[in-house]
Amino acid sequence: MKIKGKIWKFGDDVDTDLIIPARYLNVSDARELAQNCFTDLRPDFVTEVSEGDIIVAGRNFGCGSSREHAPLALKTAGIGLIIAESFARIFYRNSFNIGLPLIESKEAAESFSEGDEAAVDLATGRIEQIGNGKFFTAKPIPAFMEELINSGGLVDYTKKTKLKNG
Amino acid sequence: MSMTITEKILAAHAGLERVSPGDLIEARVDLALANDITAPLAIKTFREMGVHKVFDRDKIALIADHFVPNKDISSAEQAKLMREFAIEQEITNFYELNESGIEHVILPEKGLVLPGQLIVGADSHTCTYGALGAFSSGVGSTDLGTVMATGEIWLKVPATIRLEYKGTLRPNVGGKDLILYTIGLIGVDGANYRTIEFSGNVIGTLPMYQRFTMANMAVEAGGKNGIIEPDVITLAYVSERTSSDYTVIKSDPEADYEDVITIKVDDIEPQIAFPSSPGNIRSLSEVGTIAVDQVFIGSCTNGWLDDLRDAAEILKGRKAASGIRLIVIPGSTLIYRKAIEEGIIETFLDAGAVIGPPCCGPCLGGHMGILAKGERAVATTNRNFVGRMGHPASEVYLSSPIVAAASAVLGRIGGPDDL
Repeated sequence: MKIKGKIWKFGDDVDTDLIIPARYLNVSDARELAQNCFTDLRPDFVTEVSEGDIIVAGRNFGCGSSREHAPLALKTAGIGLIIAESFARIFYRNSFNIGLPLIESKEAAESFSEGDEAAVDLATGRIEQIGNGKFFTAKPIPAFMEELINSGGLVDYTKKTKLKNG
Repeated sequence: MSMTITEKILAAHAGLERVSPGDLIEARVDLALANDITAPLAIKTFREMGVHKVFDRDKIALIADHFVPNKDISSAEQAKLMREFAIEQEITNFYELNESGIEHVILPEKGLVLPGQLIVGADSHTCTYGALGAFSSGVGSTDLGTVMATGEIWLKVPATIRLEYKGTLRPNVGGKDLILYTIGLIGVDGANYRTIEFSGNVIGTLPMYQRFTMANMAVEAGGKNGIIEPDVITLAYVSERTSSDYTVIKSDPEADYEDVITIKVDDIEPQIAFPSSPGNIRSLSEVGTIAVDQVFIGSCTNGWLDDLRDAAEILKGRKAASGIRLIVIPGSTLIYRKAIEEGIIETFLDAGAVIGPPCCGPCLGGHMGILAKGERAVATTNRNFVGRMGHPASEVYLSSPIVAAASAVLGRIGGPDDL
């Protein structure tokens, strides 16, 4: 899978309360949730984000609450990939479970700036910083996570592997 | 081959002789938990699986605690959706309002989570039950919906960091101070993807409520789970609440740890987490003068009966300072009732507090104590992220119930010695 998009740059320890504050968790509709992404931190995000855009962040992205509303809102808002130095555990699971790919690269996280463009080949982990000819290689996605993404997420994976006989 | 308590529980639930860190396993789940925020998405997942019945109606807990009593029409719709699902699937452990409370308080209280079990919950503070010697971990709604259908979950076996707390605690220092100190020490991702095993002579002397507080905040250091080996204190707590069978599991003496860290507790003061991270820790003597507008005592971290007793001891015969809004929310209906019987609630009322019905309240910025722009609160909760309890320009300082109660009287952050 290849992804090309504009970069939204964030720092370390971006928590899921920042991605979507709890006051917006009284609904479950993905489109409604997406309208409140980063509402306190980056009020321009929702109106400016385009389909296939990429978030680049530092350490521990997605820490805090287990709310799956956070990756769901990001994915629905148009985010196609998140590159970070590292991810918090529950956010990592949730994202792959719903089919939002994440990759880890400290070098890429440091090199990219807001508004840059990246082209990423998820199969090889190759990240291209468009315009300056820099390339980075992300840590390989664990085989099981790749299977989840290729299946379209945990629901389809489980239907395929466990519930195939009904 | 030697294993840690976490590895043994995971192996037993995966039907394996042994597991090692990094192994990917399919594990059987003893209890799967969701609340009024996370259940609706999990139910949607469950429906998408095309399954008609949950794997075991006795092994699912659905608890309305975040936005209850419902704060608006949308949250009422969410709670209704969960209620209708619970009725349709005849879920045994469905709780809302009556004889209910905060999920992580009532499940131990009702004896529904036990040593040696594997519990997953669509709430990050599911790690609380590690205090009982269970493996328990927070997951998302898709995971939880899948577990409701299959009774199983994929897990990567985590490496374990063993923290050994040694020495003698100072007066007015307890589990909350130890866990805040620990997060300050190892960082908010210091245990990411890993198990924290709390041990040492100090843990052996901690009462259950303080152990729950420590395990509860393991996730604030990124931990997959926090766990304490069961001992006489654990077994006394459990035997008062259930006659169900359970297994006491302990780490082998030769078990492999990724790291073993000794923490000398003798000089640890009450700890405060400054905005806007539970890892931004200062000792009470280093706080300076910080005036506050609101004090909140409650939450899954510190809403236990003994937390209320600790706070009431400070507030007895005293009053909250003028202009301080003091909010107390007992962790469960049972705790509320006992606090009334013991005169604790009267003490709080005499001190000028308002008492909320058992629920998560303002902890996550839901309702019952939201902060305005520029306001400051001391809270006994677990997170003080930007905007966590209200306006993004409000501030939350995390502390123990003892420090929170003293701060209410002082009108600024302080401890019992300052009174």
